[in-house]
Amino acid sequence: MIIYGTALLAICHLLGIFLGDLLGTLIGAKTNVGGVGIAMILLICARLWMHKKGWMPEQTEMGVAFWGAMYIPVVVAMAAQQNVLTALRGGPVALLAAVGSVVVCACVIALINRGEKVEGTALPPLEVPNPATVR
Amino acid sequence: MLELLEGTARHNGLVTAFALVGLVMLISMKLSRHLTMGRVHGSAIAIVIGLGLAYWGGVQTGGTKGLADVSLFAGVGMMGGAMLRDFAIVATAFEVQVVEAKKAGMVGVVALLLGTLLPFIVGAGVAYAFGYRDAVSITTIGAGAVTYIVGPVTGAAIGATSDVMALSIAAGLIKAILVMVATPAAAKFLGLRTPRSAMVFGGLAGTVSGVSAGLAATDRRLVPYGALVATFHTGLGCLLGPSLLFFATRAIVG
Repeated sequence: MIIYGTALLAICHLLGIFLGDLLGTLIGAKTNVGGVGIAMILLICARLWMHKKGWMPEQTEMGVAFWGAMYIPVVVAMAAQQNVLTALRGGPVALLAAVGSVVVCACVIALINRGEKVEGTALPPLEVPNPATVR
Repeated sequence: MLELLEGTARHNGLVTAFALVGLVMLISMKLSRHLTMGRVHGSAIAIVIGLGLAYWGGVQTGGTKGLADVSLFAGVGMMGGAMLRDFAIVATAFEVQVVEAKKAGMVGVVALLLGTLLPFIVGAGVAYAFGYRDAVSITTIGAGAVTYIVGPVTGAAIGATSDVMALSIAAGLIKAILVMVATPAAAKFLGLRTPRSAMVFGGLAGTVSGVSAGLAATDRRLVPYGALVATFHTGLGCLLGPSLLFFATRAIVG
């Protein structure tokens, strides 16, 4: 049944948020510490375990997959209730933070991938896309 | 008649929000396909429209919750609120293939950690340079530079104000759009040729929509590899943002 998947998701969500709150209280942060991340790890573990046991039919998976697919629309709704008016006053902060991090990351990506040439000859990847057929 | 319709929408807030966001998504997908030839991902356009609606709501009501302050669209506040937002984000973890992920190996892990740390440092540095001195605001803006999900999730967890949250979303959003648009042009510079290079890219560039759209416009076959690592990116950011990164920031700025 589809609700089993959604219920599993709900349990992982609640447990993750609870553990995040617990962690926050234990280290005196008074806030939730990584609750969403913990919930995600719990869900991955639950899925692996249930797959192994054969307790994860397609119907159950759909109960989770639906909410995963709803993530972009929910983020759109989240964007629609932000205090954009106030944010725009700090405009250059957002722009500089974004441009700065993209430039820094692009340079590091180029650096790591340049190093691959040497490594690549020793250990070729299974599937090497041909750059000539791009787009 | 019109008042009756308005009452219906108002009494069914969440359902109205579903219809409204669905319409926004439809328009965004059309715009993405016809106006930008699919180069800018529809979801990114939808988020820009969302932010635009929030601006309109703010101007109309003078409130702090964007469109959700307009009584007709109060349901948007429920749909995009903390509960459903976290619920949907946790659900995306379901698509992570652990076996595939293991193939990325150490390089993927290093890329992921760097992809969280470097943007955070840049974002936090910019926030500090612009006069933000409290650890909560600096952390939230820094986390926003990681992705537009990590920003608000972190901000909500450590109690940031709504305007700082909006700023962090804006930073993440600009980053996502930049990644989408600039990736095909920069593909050669980035060395995007192999699945491994796509995984490095996914770990460092971060935002799932930015990575998947950017790779799709570069070489379709690279998309799953990049997106796979990028899905870990948000989780890692959500885990580190309100915890390790926040404490480190607090220790530095006091």
